[in-house]
Amino acid sequence: MAGAFWSIVEDDRQGNPKKVMAEVLGEAGRLAAKAGGQAEAVWLTDKAGEAGLKQLAEWGAKRVLLLEGAAFAPYRGEVWAAALAELAGKESPKAIFAPVSTRLRELMARLAARLGAGLSADSTALALDGDRLVATRPVYSGKLLAKMTWAKTPWLATLRPNVFRPGDAQPGANPTVEKPSVATAEAALKFVERREESATGLPELTEAEIVVSGGRGLKGPENFVILEALAKVIGAAVGASRAAVDAGWRPHRFQIGQTGRTISPKLYLGFGISGAIQHLAGMRTSKIICAINKDPEAPIFKIADYGIVGDLFEVAPKLTEEFKKLLEK
Amino acid sequence: MKILVMVKQVPDTATQVKISADPKTIDTTGITWIVSPYDEFAVEEALRIKEKRGQGEVVAVSLGPERVKEALRSCLAMGADRAIHLLDPAWNGGDTLTTARALAALLKQEAPGLAIFGRQAIDDDMGAVAAQTADLLGWPCASWIMEETVDAGGATVRVARQVEGGLEVFDLPLPAVVSAQKGLNEPRYPTLKGIMGAKKKEIKDVKAADLGLTVEPPALSVVTLEPLPARPPGRIIQGEPADAAKELVRALREDAKAI
Repeated sequence: MAGAFWSIVEDDRQGNPKKVMAEVLGEAGRLAAKAGGQAEAVWLTDKAGEAGLKQLAEWGAKRVLLLEGAAFAPYRGEVWAAALAELAGKESPKAIFAPVSTRLRELMARLAARLGAGLSADSTALALDGDRLVATRPVYSGKLLAKMTWAKTPWLATLRPNVFRPGDAQPGANPTVEKPSVATAEAALKFVERREESATGLPELTEAEIVVSGGRGLKGPENFVILEALAKVIGAAVGASRAAVDAGWRPHRFQIGQTGRTISPKLYLGFGISGAIQHLAGMRTSKIICAINKDPEAPIFKIADYGIVGDLFEVAPKLTEEFKKLLEK
Repeated sequence: MKILVMVKQVPDTATQVKISADPKTIDTTGITWIVSPYDEFAVEEALRIKEKRGQGEVVAVSLGPERVKEALRSCLAMGADRAIHLLDPAWNGGDTLTTARALAALLKQEAPGLAIFGRQAIDDDMGAVAAQTADLLGWPCASWIMEETVDAGGATVRVARQVEGGLEVFDLPLPAVVSAQKGLNEPRYPTLKGIMGAKKKEIKDVKAADLGLTVEPPALSVVTLEPLPARPPGRIIQGEPADAAKELVRALREDAKAI
């Protein structure tokens, strides 16, 4: 409906919305309540699951606009943007939000171009100021914050995962699902294949609530098993510094920092990481930061909430042990 | 094949960045400027395509004030054949769409086979310009590519784009837009010969009017820049590894409630 706050759904490609949608819908719901609109989910998929639709309602979507069709998988920007632009033209939403993911960042950029709308990417806060929306986003390697505003609606923004608070869950809420019809644009991209990464059995880096990360101090690729053991106990993802990635110890997809992934977990534990600016750029919005490093002068201690100056090869196994004791209780 | 590479000049990561008297902008005094790292991957890839095909032209493009010529000069030193500087005060204070509109108009004029961008610039980290330019042109686009092969006939490009959980491989008909992710290649350093040769290469200034553009007001603009809120002072946990580990776990559970 006109004036709605849309959340574009990111899913697991198996018919289930990712849990980051609770955060996006939560923020959309809070802003909509103030602005006099409602939070709505817009889901483009080849197959939506019943449980997934229900989940969106429980997370606060008052209405789910479902664009379901084989053409929507795999994601192709030219197909998705065309469908969304048409729908936005009919529905006139006030805001269109999406979580940060590789494909939704691209989609939202395309949509902004099509609608002639402003886009605040990777936002970490949103606030209504009278009748305008103001977004906060880290800039210059996270050294400054920029407050941004839009000249007109719709306001387009992507939201950094793990930063926004989910709304109050509404168990048992039933989704109001509509399947609007839109034209399907012809795909220019011809799908060849998908190559899956080897499964680590650990959460995805950008979505994980806890991240354990290793740097040069690990001394070699073989020693990441020490961090993986710890990660398994606390359900963390394992990341790496640029130094560790450039040394070939970990594939690039595990890199945290300016030329890698930006993360914002509830808990970050860095082992043998000095804390170069380019690493801080990718993790400084983490809620609690712990650093374990031999060098008391390492810059990471300046932003750490807790630090242990010591040998990670001694400290990490002890931490694993302690966490195990705690979580087994 | 002609390839256009879009680059942005940004402050060096290690440079200290201060807010200027106008809180919408940074104080540029004393800043070391570099070509944004992802854009270097883009330049390198363009040069490799040309070298592999044994023919073609690589054109470096940048939008910004006069100082941007240094960034273009670096691309020429790496091996680009010529450069285009989108230089017009009308573009000042623009958003990603302002830049995308300028680039789309230029790409229409230059009509290359391929336009390569970095996946995002490391100053504002918007990461939107490549996809927006493609969308305005109606060209196919693949973001965050880790691999690329242009077919022998120069009609299509096969790319592997990075997505959560893996890589997706697509064929794109040319002309197309791609954006480079780290891992695509290892950018070369300019040789002395390259640096000397760059001085003789052309950098052409292009204004909005040269592209037939009337610059529209930005759809998104900066209200203000702010310093980061200070983090509360941290605590160094002393003691033997076993005791320190025990205390850290206790503090994370009881004080920080982080686990």
